Amino acid sequence: MTAGLLLGVVVQGVMTGLVYGLMALGLSVIFGVIRVVNFAHGEFAVLAMYAAWVAFTQWGVDPIVAALPISAGCFVLGFGLQRWLVSPFVGRAEHEQFILLAGVAMVLVNLLLMGFGPDARPVNLPYALDSYEIGPVILDKARLVAAAVAFGLTGGVIGFFRFTRTGTAIRACADNLLGAAVVGLDVKQLYALTFGIGLACVGAAGAMLVTISDASPVLAHGFTLQGFIIVIIGGLGSLAGALLGGVLIGVCEALAGFLWQPSMKSLFSFLLLVAVLALRPQGLLGKRP
Amino acid sequence: MRWVALAVLGAGLLAVPAVAGRYELSVLILVFQFVLMGQAWNVMMGYAGQLSLGHALYVGLGAYVPALLWLHLGVSPLIGVFAGMAAAMLAAGVIGWLGLRFGIEGVYFALLTIAFAEIARVAFDHLAITGGAGGLFLPVTPEGRASWWMLDGGPVFFYYLTLGLAAGATGVVAWLARSRFGFLWRAVRDDPVAAEALGVNLFRARMQAILVSAAMASVAGVVVAFYYRNLFPGQVFDMSRSLELILAPIIGGLGTVMGPVVGAALLTPAGEALAALVQELGLDAPGVKAVAYGLLLIAVIWVRPSGIWPWLAKRLGVS
Repeated sequence: MTAGLLLGVVVQGVMTGLVYGLMALGLSVIFGVIRVVNFAHGEFAVLAMYAAWVAFTQWGVDPIVAALPISAGCFVLGFGLQRWLVSPFVGRAEHEQFILLAGVAMVLVNLLLMGFGPDARPVNLPYALDSYEIGPVILDKARLVAAAVAFGLTGGVIGFFRFTRTGTAIRACADNLLGAAVVGLDVKQLYALTFGIGLACVGAAGAMLVTISDASPVLAHGFTLQGFIIVIIGGLGSLAGALLGGVLIGVCEALAGFLWQPSMKSLFSFLLLVAVLALRPQGLLGKRP
Repeated sequence: MRWVALAVLGAGLLAVPAVAGRYELSVLILVFQFVLMGQAWNVMMGYAGQLSLGHALYVGLGAYVPALLWLHLGVSPLIGVFAGMAAAMLAAGVIGWLGLRFGIEGVYFALLTIAFAEIARVAFDHLAITGGAGGLFLPVTPEGRASWWMLDGGPVFFYYLTLGLAAGATGVVAWLARSRFGFLWRAVRDDPVAAEALGVNLFRARMQAILVSAAMASVAGVVVAFYYRNLFPGQVFDMSRSLELILAPIIGGLGTVMGPVVGAALLTPAGEALAALVQELGLDAPGVKAVAYGLLLIAVIWVRPSGIWPWLAKRLGVS
């Protein structure tokens, strides 16, 4: 085993991790602002994967290009979901919110199962085997493009929350809900916007995930869990934390799959989660509440 | 009045095998399993307010440990069940200790329980002694030589066994709810700060509920192992199992004795009927049942977040 090979695995993990990070960012935004656990997060990722698959097989649209309209569609879906379904549950008992979204997840993933069947749906990109060679490291073209777009979008979302008026208003809701309402912010509207942004993130990430994995309903639970692990490892409410957590999990899984067995890679994410929960429950970049 | 109703229900259930066919019995066995698992979860979430989404872990350990003891050492599952219970309680103790000592609460705690169930799934997938991902199979004894102490028998035998276990679990929860434990748990659930101020040991009360819940869930595991006679880590420890078993208590009514019973009695036959109907119509739609469950879950949490039983009990005047 050469160092170059190992470096290649790490780089591959970083690239996958950036896409995971974008997916988890959506979860972090929703959880951090609305304080609602989106237990259907992975299901929306799979929905986006199928949308990308349809776009590719029906119209030959590249998933990276399709990610944009799919992301916009997910935004609308999220906005409506928060407005019409989740809104009354804000501030209710945690288990009630959880059950509501677990119900949504169940309906969604099984509708996908009924619509597309249990078989995995692959997207065979014409450039799937193209790669760049930089020194000892070989970079897949598809994965590199997906990672770059995911990184850009993550930066965009972080920038939106930091620098725009709407983003600042949403942060105000997260920091002090009562205060935000007192100064006249339309909290309901901002929450719906937040849920929309959260689902837009997962929509874009999901569409690009088809370059890494075939679309299948069985992936949904795993994505939801992975999203949570990333958010908690990175630190709840820290948007950069989602990025860091995603990269860490991506590298961890790539290394575990390479050095041990691919089927055991999720074990390491869970062990990492248990360690973080026990030793640093606020996450790597989170602040103590 | 209440006792008369219970006696009639009991007599009716005891008489069922005389009239019911194999299929009806199999549905009722499923109902009783969900009552048993639902009551276990009800203790932890309904009474003590600790959200667990990883109860498949306790059911799974309760299934694997007695099955392995029987396969390799010939130990009767009637003894093995206690070993399974010990394993489940040990796992629950570790999870509970981690959660309670490090202040991991609510959603984080739920995630911790999922994490351990997933760790068990991956670990059992790779253990040689459990048959790994290929599964563990319990051979069936030839007809006529089946014996009850090896938990080997036909549908009628398992009907009475699961009926007894479901009734027993409901009785245990009814007793716990009125005992000192029940009052402590509800106090801790409703207002932990006030409970602690009154001298309740939060750690101990919560840990007791977690351990009792895991022990009850592990008993359901023995039925899973010896009724179906095959175990796959990918199924036994899967998160959908953990989610499936919480439906009945939520829909029936959390933190009530009859909630899991009512929930399972409504949900399981309805789901089976729906699946049968879809098959009858010639549709090949494996997800229909789950879509219906999901919609029902959303509807119940919207309209009656405290479940069907509290509302029904008021209507019937038996609260």
